[in-house]
Amino acid sequence: MATTTTTAPTTETTSIRAPRASRPGNLRKHIALIAFAVLMVYPLVWMVVSSFKPGNLVLSQPGLIPSEVTLENYRNGWGALGEPFSLFFANSLFLTVGSIVGNLFSCSLAAYALARLDFRGRRIYFGITLASVMLPMHVLVVPQYIFFSQLDLLNTYFPLLIPKFLATDAFFIFLMVQFIRTIPRELDQAAAIDGAGPFRTFWFVILPLMKPALVTTTIFTFIWTWNDFFTPLIYLTSVEVYTVPVALNTMVNAETQSGVGALFAMSLLSLAPILVFFAVAQKYLIRGIATTGLK
Amino acid sequence: MSAPTAPPSPALSGSSPPEPANRTTRRTPKWRRQGRAAHVFLIPWLLGLVLITAVPLLASLYLAFTDYNLLDPPTWTGLENFRRMGEDPRFWASAWVTLKYVLVSVPLQLAFALGLAIVLDRGIKGLALYRSVYYLPSLLGASVAIAILWRQLFGHDGLINSGLALLGIEGESWLQNPSTALSTLVVLNVWTFGSPMIIFLAGLRQIPEELYEAARVDGAGRWRQFLSITVPMLTPIIFFNLVLQTIGAFQSFTQAHIISGGRGGPLDSTLFYTLYLYQQGFVSFNMGYASAMAWALLVVIGIVTAIHFLLSKYWVFYGDN
Repeated sequence: MATTTTTAPTTETTSIRAPRASRPGNLRKHIALIAFAVLMVYPLVWMVVSSFKPGNLVLSQPGLIPSEVTLENYRNGWGALGEPFSLFFANSLFLTVGSIVGNLFSCSLAAYALARLDFRGRRIYFGITLASVMLPMHVLVVPQYIFFSQLDLLNTYFPLLIPKFLATDAFFIFLMVQFIRTIPRELDQAAAIDGAGPFRTFWFVILPLMKPALVTTTIFTFIWTWNDFFTPLIYLTSVEVYTVPVALNTMVNAETQSGVGALFAMSLLSLAPILVFFAVAQKYLIRGIATTGLK
Repeated sequence: MSAPTAPPSPALSGSSPPEPANRTTRRTPKWRRQGRAAHVFLIPWLLGLVLITAVPLLASLYLAFTDYNLLDPPTWTGLENFRRMGEDPRFWASAWVTLKYVLVSVPLQLAFALGLAIVLDRGIKGLALYRSVYYLPSLLGASVAIAILWRQLFGHDGLINSGLALLGIEGESWLQNPSTALSTLVVLNVWTFGSPMIIFLAGLRQIPEELYEAARVDGAGRWRQFLSITVPMLTPIIFFNLVLQTIGAFQSFTQAHIISGGRGGPLDSTLFYTLYLYQQGFVSFNMGYASAMAWALLVVIGIVTAIHFLLSKYWVFYGDN
């Protein structure tokens, strides 16, 4: 695009912002940016290509164009741990969906009360929510583990799901409170005049308007739960309940015969849902990070 | 592991609770009704606060002063765990590894994030595409899959060494060498500069154009504008990212665990603090010692964050003076 055509709304500022980078300068900038982008993405591409190479060529032939293409890594990796990977994917999916439901339910309830209802101790509650966002989970994890093991809940998903239904991802409460603040109070008042109490106001007025915040919560809960490693590693020790990351970890340590190729193949499959989510929900993701500082 | 330490909102949005509707409505039936309703809404949160947060927090404080292996009841040992920490070479190794990691990888990552945000901010064509590509690693970086990729990239026959060989440089076994193993994890952290970059981009967009116009009228060049407008106006965002990434880096776990097969080697050179805590608590079942380590981590993170806030007075500019 030539400088002269970048007119429209920004005309004034662009023309005043005198000697804007000239075209050759811009071209050089683009070349540098593209080169950098290629450098960053190259390892991922290498991983994709390697996963289709016959096992013995993965490391001996590092180039991007394989001399032979095969699906053997996917076949070998799929069954490498005795149980098929489809089981681990199903486990991960169950846990992820459960966590999303839990966070949406518990955090939106708490956020509505903290943002809209007037009651004693509200400021203190809000302060506690903020403080608990900063608390490293390591100071909680040992007693939690003891607690759940005494309830005989190791190797179940309860230790991973119960906290989600009890609004312990305080960060999302904070996100939703901030969002509810932007919804005009007149809507609540109108609902009150029509005779709606707090519950109906929440369900029929606030919740439908909170959709963007709920979408952001869904996306980040999905990514975090799907990638989570520490908590499942502690609680899930028998192979039938493994999530995908724990299964991959076992595969690394087992140094299975199927080797690097199979490891790459299964790793890639584990990333696929995140990539799909990224492609579909990119707009929400970027906006979510920009406005809240999420990772 | 970066997941659970979600940050609070950036300085962009205030963090005080929203104003109550109307002070005069207090003590009226309506107010009392709202109070009851609020506590119904807060039932899950209150349960979670007590059962998942407060009680475990106090329990781990108690356990920090005991010897406990899950089988026998805990026995009170006073400060024994902390004395043992002082004499435990692996504890100090893990603290030192983590400190090095935080001090090197956080500033490097933020430098990349800020640099690219500034380059991309100048109304560049294809911004959305660049932003997505640079952000992608942040999305994947915390996963086990990427750690597996890293293991192979920096392995003896890995892609990095093949690349170096093309340039006629002989690579080394990055992961087997205690003096280079940690730097592969630093590279991995820098690779995920995309998320702070997006926060920087949002911050850059909030700087009023009038400031630049006024500076141009006064004859300031681009470099001068950058130093006198962009940097000061961006300091709250830099501060926010710094606090956040520091807290996150202190708690890194997954990548070191995968790269070293859970051992933190070679020679404890990738033994992150949380990895050692995990070994003590969930491999050796020294629950007392692990709790003591967790509280030491909490105190250190608290102190470091407090120092960040104290120092911020001298360099963060909030636009009112």
